Amino acid sequence: MGPVGRSSIACFVQSAIVNQKPAIESSIVPASRLEIRPSPQMASSGIAALDALTGGLPRGCLTEICGAASSGRTTVLLSTLAAATRRGEFCALVDASDALDPHSAAAAGVKLKRLLWVRCGENSTQRHRDTEKNFSKTNSDQPKAEQRLEQVLRATDLLLESGGFGLIVLDLADLPLPSARRIPLTTWFRFRRAVEHTPTILVAIEPQPIAGSCSSLLLQLGSQNHREEAMEKVPAHAHLLTELQIHAELVRSRLDRKPVRSVMFVAQTAWAG
Amino acid sequence: MFACIYVPNFLVVAALRAEPDLRACAVAILEGKPPLEKIIAVNKQAATRGIAPGMTKAQAELCTELTLRPRSSWQESAAHAALLDCAQSFSPCVEDTARDTVLIDLAGMESLFGSLPEICRAIFDCAGALGVHAHVAIASNPDAALLSARGFPGVTLIPAGKEAEQLDSLPVEVLFADRLEGDEKKEADSLVETLDRWGIRDLHALAALPEVALSERLGQEGLRLQKLARGTASRTLGPIEELLVFEEAIELEHPIVLLEPLAFLLNRLLEQLCTRLASRALATQELRLTLELSNLTGVEDEFENAGIDSESDDTSSHTVILSRDGASRSEAPAESKDPYLRQSILQWNGHRPRQSKFVRTLRLPLPMLDSKIFLKLLQLDLSAHPPGAPIVKIHLAAEPVRPRPAQGGLFHPPSPEPEKLELTLARIAGLVGEQKAGAVELLDTHRPEGFRMQRFVSEVPPKISREKNAEPANPKAAEENQSAVTALRRFRPPLRARVTLENGQPVHLVCQKKDVQGHVLWKAGPWRFSGDWWEREAWARDEWDVALQNDALPHNSNIALYRLVHDLLGGGWFVEGTYD
Repeated sequence: MGPVGRSSIACFVQSAIVNQKPAIESSIVPASRLEIRPSPQMASSGIAALDALTGGLPRGCLTEICGAASSGRTTVLLSTLAAATRRGEFCALVDASDALDPHSAAAAGVKLKRLLWVRCGENSTQRHRDTEKNFSKTNSDQPKAEQRLEQVLRATDLLLESGGFGLIVLDLADLPLPSARRIPLTTWFRFRRAVEHTPTILVAIEPQPIAGSCSSLLLQLGSQNHREEAMEKVPAHAHLLTELQIHAELVRSRLDRKPVRSVMFVAQTAWAG
Repeated sequence: MFACIYVPNFLVVAALRAEPDLRACAVAILEGKPPLEKIIAVNKQAATRGIAPGMTKAQAELCTELTLRPRSSWQESAAHAALLDCAQSFSPCVEDTARDTVLIDLAGMESLFGSLPEICRAIFDCAGALGVHAHVAIASNPDAALLSARGFPGVTLIPAGKEAEQLDSLPVEVLFADRLEGDEKKEADSLVETLDRWGIRDLHALAALPEVALSERLGQEGLRLQKLARGTASRTLGPIEELLVFEEAIELEHPIVLLEPLAFLLNRLLEQLCTRLASRALATQELRLTLELSNLTGVEDEFENAGIDSESDDTSSHTVILSRDGASRSEAPAESKDPYLRQSILQWNGHRPRQSKFVRTLRLPLPMLDSKIFLKLLQLDLSAHPPGAPIVKIHLAAEPVRPRPAQGGLFHPPSPEPEKLELTLARIAGLVGEQKAGAVELLDTHRPEGFRMQRFVSEVPPKISREKNAEPANPKAAEENQSAVTALRRFRPPLRARVTLENGQPVHLVCQKKDVQGHVLWKAGPWRFSGDWWEREAWARDEWDVALQNDALPHNSNIALYRLVHDLLGGGWFVEGTYD
C-alpha cells in the first residue's frame, strides 16, 4: 500500500471519529459528576457512647466487632439486639458456640420473642440436660469447629435469603481463630452482596478481624479488668462484680474516613442496680 | 333458578382426579376380591377398545393398553367433597343429591357472580379446576336442571318456561340414572322395559301421554315421571349442613420407596387440597399426613392394631417406626449429607414393621395456603423422619381455618414473610437439629439454664402489640435510659476445672481449655444458690466471680472475668461462663 492509500485511510478514520465525537462525549461522564453512592441508613447500637463514636450501625452493610474474652463483645451484641427488638424489628442470632445466656439477654432488654436463636453444634439438648444434673460432661465432646462453622455459614445464607430481619448476628467469638480464618473471603463478599440494598444490619462477633475489606465498620473492643484493690484487706464475699469498663476503638469505617478514635463506656451487671 | 353439577362416570373421574396423567389412557375400575374382580366402570378410551363393565379382570387384561385401577372409597369421597366445595363456593344452599350430583339454589347469586350464563360457565370452570370434569345445567326447577345436566354434556342453560322443549330429546333412561343398585335398579329396569314396549323412548313421548291413562297403568309413579319429563315438577331443596372436611388420598398399586416419587404425589394432593380450600376462602394451619406402610412379609402383624395412629401432640415429636429389635429406625440415611439435595431412601432392613401407619402432623404458626411451601415443608420433614417402610397409601388432611389478614402497616418495621420464614426455619432445623432454632422462653425458676426453646413466629400476636403501645412514646429516650448490661457468655457444657483453694477461696484454676486457666487476681463470692430440693433434680451451688490472669496469653488480653461454680451436691468445680 502506498503513502496515498495510508493517508486516505487515516483521513477516513479521523473523519469517522470527528463524526462520532458528540456521541462519545455524551457517553462519558466526568468523575466530578459520578453518582455518589447514597450513605447507608444508620441504626442505634443501644449504647450512646458507641453511637457517638460510629454514628450507629450501618444498614445493608457488614459490621465486625472484635475482641478477646471479657472485652465486652457480648455486652455490645446484646445491647444492639435490645435496641433492634425495641424498634420492633425481628433479629436472628447465629450462635456458633451456643453461648448465649437468655437471662443476660432478657436483662439487657432483648425482647426474646423477636429473636431467632440458631444454636449451632451437635445435638445439645440432651447434653444440656445431663450437664444441669451433674456437670458430668467435659468439653472433650465439643463438636468440631469446622462442623459448627459450616452450620453457621449455611444458616446465615438461609436467613439472608429469607429476608425481613432487621439484624442478623454471626457469633464467632469462641471459634478457634484458625477455623474462623478458614472462612473464604468469597463467603464474606457473598454475605455483603446479599445484605446490600436491604434494611438488614449484618454483624459478626469475632476474636480478630477476618472479613477483610468486606466489612464497612470494624470495632475493636477491650476492657480493663485489673481488680487488685486491697484483696488482702477485704474478704471475697465483700466484693461484688458491678461493672465492666469497655474500651471501644473504631478501627475502620468506610462511611466516615477519619483517624482511629476510641471511646470508653461502662456496662453494669444486672444485679448492680 | 337452580344449577346442577353432574359428574358422568364418577368412579373413573374420581380415579383420574388422583392420577391426572392417565386421562389420555384407557382406564377401567375394578371391584371385588381377587380373583373374582370385575370391571365396574370404564372411560371412553377403554370403551372404544371393547372394554365394558361386567368383564372380569382376566378378560380385561387381554387389552394390553388398558390401565386397571381398584375402586377406592377414599378417592370417591375426595371427589365428592371437591364437588361440594365447588357448589358451596357459589351458594350456601346446596343439596347433596347423589354421590355424583349436586344441586345449587342460585337465588340472589346474579348480583355476586354475574348473569346466569356467566355463573354456569364459572361453575364449570371451578369444577374443572378441582379436577372434576362435570356437566352443568341451570333451570327454573331442580329436577329440570338435574335431568338436563344428566342428559346434556358441557354447559346447558334452560330459560324459564322452556323446560319441556329442551328436555324432550332426552331418552327415558335419564329419569332412572340415579337408581343404580338393588331393588331400585330392578324396578327402574322394569319401568324402562314397559315404556319401551309402549314405544315411549324419549321424554317428549312420555310428556305427551294422557295423564289419566298413564296413572291407570303406572300409578302415581307414572305421573311423577311425566311431570319430570315435562319439566314441571316442583320441590324444595334439602340443603346439607356445611361439613368442612378437607382430605385427599391416593392408593398406590406399587409401593413407593423413594422420597422423590412421593413428592410428586404429595404435590398433586396438596394442589387439590389448596384449590378446595381456596374455593371456600379458607387456609390451613395444620396438615396431617398419614402414610400406610406395606407389611413387608405380607402377613398381618400382631402389633398392627396396637400401634396404629400413635402420634404425639408435641410439635417436635414424631412417630418412630420401630424394628423388631426395638431400635429406632427413623434416622436419615448416613450417605445423604446434604439435606437439600439428598434423595432420602426410606430405609427398612427386612424386618416386619410394628406399625402399619406413619403419621406426621405439620403445624404451622399462621394460616397458609401455598401448596409449594407445604410440599417443601413435608419434604424436609420426611427427609428428617423417613417412614421406614414402603408406602402403599397416602392420606392428607388439612384443618381449615380462616386466612390471616394480609394487610401490613405502612410504617411498621419489615418482618420476615411467614411462608418464607417457615421454610427457612425448617431448613435450619434440618441443619442444626430440631429444637435448636427458635425463640427463647424463660421459665419461672432460678435453676441455671431455666429456659426452653419455642417456635419462632414473625407475626407478633395482638397482646404483644398492646404491650408495645404501652412503651414510652419516644423510643430514643428509652434507648438513652437503657444502659449497657454486662452479659454472661456461657460454656455449654460447663468446663470442668481443677481449683486450688486457700482458706476456702480459689486462688488458682486449671482447665482443659487452655485459654481458661491461671492465677485468680480478684474474686467475689461465694454466692450460694439452691433449689428444687423437693424434686429428684435438686441443685445447690456456690458461685464465684473471678478475674483470671493467664500468662500464656498476650499481655493485652490475658485477664478475663469468669463465673466459677462449685457444685455442692455432685462435687467438683466448673467454669460456667465468661463475663463478656
